Amino acid sequence: MLRPLPLLTAALLALPVLAGVIGTLLPALGHAPAIGLDGWSLAPFRDALAWPGLTEAALLSLWTGLAATLGTLALLALILGGWHGTRAFTALERILSPLLAMPHTAAALGIAFLIAPSGWIARALAPILGLSRPPDLLIVQDGLGLSLIAGLIAKELPFLLLMSLAALPQLRPNARLKTARSLGQGRMAGWLKAIFPGVYRQIRLPVLVVLVYGMTNVDVAVILGPNTPSTLSVQVTRWMVDPDLAMRATAAAGAVIQLALVLAAMVFWVALERGAGRVHRFWVWCNHGLPERPLRLAGIVLATIAAGLVLFGLASLAVWSVAGPWRFPDLAPEFLTLRSWMRHGPEMAQVAAITLLIAGLSTLIALALTIGCLEAEHRHGMTPGSRALWLLYLPLLIPQIAFLPGLQSLLLKPSLVSVTAAHLVFVLPYVFLSLGDPWRAWDPRYARVAAGIGAGRARVLWQVRLPMLLAPVLTAAAVGMAVSVGQYLPTLLIGGGRVPTLTTEAVALAAGGDRRAIGVWGLGQAGAAFAPFALALILPALVWRNRKGMRNG
Amino acid sequence: MDDALDLRDVRITAKGVPLLSVSTRIAPGHVITLMGPSGAGKSTLLDFVMGGLSPAFRASGSVWLGGQDVTGLPPEKRRIGILYQDPLLFPHLSVAQNLAFGLPRGPDRRARIDAALAEIGLDGFGPRDPATLSGGQAARVALMRTLLSGPRALLLDEPFSKLDAALRDQMRRLVFDRARAAGVPVLMVTHDAADAEAAGGQVIRLG
Repeated sequence: MLRPLPLLTAALLALPVLAGVIGTLLPALGHAPAIGLDGWSLAPFRDALAWPGLTEAALLSLWTGLAATLGTLALLALILGGWHGTRAFTALERILSPLLAMPHTAAALGIAFLIAPSGWIARALAPILGLSRPPDLLIVQDGLGLSLIAGLIAKELPFLLLMSLAALPQLRPNARLKTARSLGQGRMAGWLKAIFPGVYRQIRLPVLVVLVYGMTNVDVAVILGPNTPSTLSVQVTRWMVDPDLAMRATAAAGAVIQLALVLAAMVFWVALERGAGRVHRFWVWCNHGLPERPLRLAGIVLATIAAGLVLFGLASLAVWSVAGPWRFPDLAPEFLTLRSWMRHGPEMAQVAAITLLIAGLSTLIALALTIGCLEAEHRHGMTPGSRALWLLYLPLLIPQIAFLPGLQSLLLKPSLVSVTAAHLVFVLPYVFLSLGDPWRAWDPRYARVAAGIGAGRARVLWQVRLPMLLAPVLTAAAVGMAVSVGQYLPTLLIGGGRVPTLTTEAVALAAGGDRRAIGVWGLGQAGAAFAPFALALILPALVWRNRKGMRNG
Repeated sequence: MDDALDLRDVRITAKGVPLLSVSTRIAPGHVITLMGPSGAGKSTLLDFVMGGLSPAFRASGSVWLGGQDVTGLPPEKRRIGILYQDPLLFPHLSVAQNLAFGLPRGPDRRARIDAALAEIGLDGFGPRDPATLSGGQAARVALMRTLLSGPRALLLDEPFSKLDAALRDQMRRLVFDRARAAGVPVLMVTHDAADAEAAGGQVIRLG
């Protein structure tokens, strides 16, 4: 009965992406009957190319995406190489792990608050620099995209770090490092020579996801990215939501250019990997060391800054949401008040309900499909190849901006249902990736013992496997919810602007500059993403409080 | 009626390469021991008898139980219990719930489980968390869990290898006495010669 599920799931992942890309290509080539374009022409491309900011926007996308990916990877190498296995690393891991749940939007809003000329950092420095007014500097949305890159690195570091930690045990890092050090390598040089290449091989797809997201994200780029011009994806989104429907064709052409840019960047990245591999081999061959102390120091300092940006950003949102009057160099508002929560809270709660409904539904479906696929794998001895893994990553590797416009025009009428369906495409891979390892690591002898005393497959699934895997199932559900809560573009484009979620509202507010409102909404979004994780931690501990054997998974 | 476990011309191949072939008949209450180095396919044979052979292997031949060909039946319909070197008590259930898991429907469940616990010297252990049992206690509960399900045959996969020496002897005696009393045929795989000796039955060497 479960046998067709893997195929169905594969279709669910691949078809929307492929149909969406085609649906984006057609209007870009002048064929879009819905908006009165009938026939084939390159006019949409001419229109897109005629936009004076195009070259700069395209270069900006490339630069911010590549710099953010390289930066995150470099920081990851410094932190893992310099500190893995130490107490400082465990502490950092504890701080960074929960940040994974934080939606990109809330993180970006918080960081914007923190680094703005009137933010906490400037306020803290004001007495030293003798400032009585916010400095007249363009920090947030700077023209080079530096704050965008910093925000992306801070948000993607936890992602790649957790992916690496999941891959590490099978590389037996402690034994390898001991061997390397006994051969005279320093801690960091030894780690980077003997262990890091194996880690990179395992996190290659996540790294590409970071690259694609870095180049094409809209929510973070709107908040932290430059404005004159903005990155290409932001401009394409503006064209997409333009009331003038004719702009849709221009948007489609822009999306196709963006897709080409991403593919080119991926090719470049693969070339970069080859080059880095060659340099790495040369480095190992020559037996050069590293300046260990400065690099280790840089690693811990930069990682702490990255974590601090997100954490203090969140604190900024919280304080602004309850701030009374707050003059510039003061570190705290004159008094705290719940006025902003009274004013924005009720509407925020309503939108939160919609957001959680969409997240809950899409996660439930994703969970059912995932468990069905994994169970089919277990029962029929199917082994997923590397192709299946690529398929799982497909919706994350093709930029959203390249296929969502097409999906919108092709298939779906804006509604709660269509938004949920669109979220499912992005929730499913993360739920699958999160649950797959613990599911497969479950000892199959339990199933044989149970079958031997008369339990059928369904009973084994419901009464043995699922209860035993309650914690990882709930964690996967929390991951799915957080992914859905954080979705910006699918909600905006597939919802046609008519299905508000915490994310779309928070991004919309960001342009305004009402810090108290942004504080309330940003905190609400972060809360909606964190709450399921809290439940996923608390519930198994409560349910199995009398079962010692269930403590560690 | 013939209550023996009968393996008829069982041949298992891995990717076309012959792994083992066995043909044997185990009478009720008797033990047959399969010995061989690791990789000889001992556990694979048990998987085939249970009905859960991994698709990496191919098998021919048949398994007969009580005069019936069970080769085509799903594992849960064969009623062949298995014990591993780990007790594998379900960690989310209490000791009593573990015992009740395979107990066929019927009256007096509570009383039967209490009696079973008393028999293995674990009076009043019903509500306990299995993770709080000692290794020997857990092994006894695992044995009793299998016996309560009324198995028609018992498979043992290196069942005593994780127990310390003193406990091992005790557990061997308990398992074999119990199996004899229940009149079930037992197929054991091991690489401990002492296991085979304690079992007292025929020994088949693989590999």
